[in-house]
Amino acid sequence: MDLPSIDKLEPAAAGMAPPAPSGTAVPDGPGPAAQSRPDPSLPVEPEKDLTAVKHEIRRGSTGHGADRMFRLATGTCAAAVAGLILVAIVFMVHGSLPAFRDHGIGAILSPEWDPTNQKYGALTFLFGTAYTSVIGMAIALPLGVLTAVALVEILPQRLAKVISLAVELLAAIPSVLLGLWGIFTLVPLVRAFEVYIYKSPLGLRNIPIFSGSPMGVGFLAAGLLLAIMALPFILSVTREVLLQVPTSQREAAYALGATRWQAISKFIIPYCWKGIFGASLLGFARVLGETMAVTMVIGNTPQIKASLFASGYTLASVIANEFTEAPSNLAISALISLGLILLLVSILLNAAARIMLIYLGRGSGGNQEAK
Amino acid sequence: MIRSHSFRKVQGRFMEGICLLAALIAVVPLFAFLWHLVAEGASSVNPALFTHLPMPPGETGGGMLNAILGSLLVVGSATVAGIPIGIGAAVFMTEFASPSVTSALRFACDVLSGIPSIVMGLLAYQVVVVPMHHFSALSGSVALAFIMLPVVVITTQEMLYLVPHSLREAGHALGIPTWRIASSITLRAAAPGVLTGMILSVSRIAGETAPMLFTAFGNPYLSLDPKSPIATLPHMIFNYAISPYDDWHRLAWGGALILVIGILGATLLSRFILWWHQRSLNS
Repeated sequence: MDLPSIDKLEPAAAGMAPPAPSGTAVPDGPGPAAQSRPDPSLPVEPEKDLTAVKHEIRRGSTGHGADRMFRLATGTCAAAVAGLILVAIVFMVHGSLPAFRDHGIGAILSPEWDPTNQKYGALTFLFGTAYTSVIGMAIALPLGVLTAVALVEILPQRLAKVISLAVELLAAIPSVLLGLWGIFTLVPLVRAFEVYIYKSPLGLRNIPIFSGSPMGVGFLAAGLLLAIMALPFILSVTREVLLQVPTSQREAAYALGATRWQAISKFIIPYCWKGIFGASLLGFARVLGETMAVTMVIGNTPQIKASLFASGYTLASVIANEFTEAPSNLAISALISLGLILLLVSILLNAAARIMLIYLGRGSGGNQEAK
Repeated sequence: MIRSHSFRKVQGRFMEGICLLAALIAVVPLFAFLWHLVAEGASSVNPALFTHLPMPPGETGGGMLNAILGSLLVVGSATVAGIPIGIGAAVFMTEFASPSVTSALRFACDVLSGIPSIVMGLLAYQVVVVPMHHFSALSGSVALAFIMLPVVVITTQEMLYLVPHSLREAGHALGIPTWRIASSITLRAAAPGVLTGMILSVSRIAGETAPMLFTAFGNPYLSLDPKSPIATLPHMIFNYAISPYDDWHRLAWGGALILVIGILGATLLSRFILWWHQRSLNS
């Protein structure tokens, strides 16, 4: 047991040898090694050396029996997690195959959904999902960005912390409970608003998006709940992005005589609009698949209407409502194919947003100076 | 265009006022929700809620004993399966994998955590329910484990990442094998953070409803058999909320209050642990 561990140490020691002079030079202060390097590079150097050491140690440690087992075990866990995406795609595609074979992929764009008569058009659900998500984002995006600006740039730190805690707690509340609240509180409020519009002497009800009878349930109620659910995401990502804006950017604005608002609107927001775009993609991906709250307040009527007050149906809601009551295996397969759409769209949106945020983190490079 | 100073000042104040208004609106939903929850739910939380089974439709009284136990069972077994795998994956990412593999795995977890929970339910349906030919508590746990895995990995990895490299190097300098360093040094130093991640991921899945619809399926009777359908609290709240009976609405609010106390309590507890941990690190 002793011999292999000594073997293991040797390459590690060999790897440690080259960086040793620069490592010891740091505490010595103005030594010859420190003079030869410019100061700013010093904090970066040990990081690079460490990875070299880590690699050496890792190579050495594979000789150790228990370590090899440990590495294999944890590696299997990691592979299982990453493999879950592939498993999800494979099973969802496999599950939707009977539906695709029966009526082809193009049938998705038909507006008729009637499983008992073998009609599986998904257009109404695609429309419902897109419409409610757009309503939700149209409310949550400006609200989230303005709130993030208030938290980072305007409000005192303590108050900002309390507000962000409150909004983060909102993210922890399960969708089904927001739906419960939606049924008993939000829908009556929305109905009152719709009655007001309906009776308004200005003829507001002739505007297409305000047309239809006031029912309370519908796109507007669903969109409002989605806005509540997207808000914490947009807020927290935007806040992170705003905090990464270097102080020099703010100082430059003030040096030019800008007011605080001008600094925010002309120097800070333009600096991080990519991050805000990434945040909105993440929020969008999140609201697309929201199921319970939407199912409880959207009215569950497959129809395509421009009115905010009309009831509708979304991809996730139809899966939730009809899956256990599906009349045939073909209907189950059709519902799984709707789930496949949700899966692929959410993977694409999330991947795009993450890539954007990663590039943004690299590009700005102002992290050390962040407030 | 150059505007006068006073104009810019007034414009700035106005826009800042709008930002503050947005911040005010942003906190309204939470408090409106909590207000109604306590107002409606407080009166229906009584011992019967915890000790009685649901009554048939139309009869008053009854409780949610089966759903509370069912949720504990389903969430508990998902946690037992999900957390070791998640922590294992996070340890692999921080202790063994090269930087590019780590970031690829992190990317995969970020994408996974964005997959809608209903899709994870459909996946569990096909992986477990179809081969077994019936709905089961087991399939519900599998769905929840799928949902919690990326959350556990992300939070654990972030916490392990915060452990200083010098601690690991000290272990290596003593010739300690890597598995010992990971378990006795890295994980131990990050223990409060890892615990926080566990609490957060459990509270994330405790309220999941959509995947339960076609995995755990629900059950009006008391059942603790992992192979048969089982009631869960969020699913029962959903069924009761959309029912036409006032008494069921009352029970739904009571169940919602219990669930929120559990979830918000866990979230606040995890924040407190983290705050306490960071304070003890700084001092």
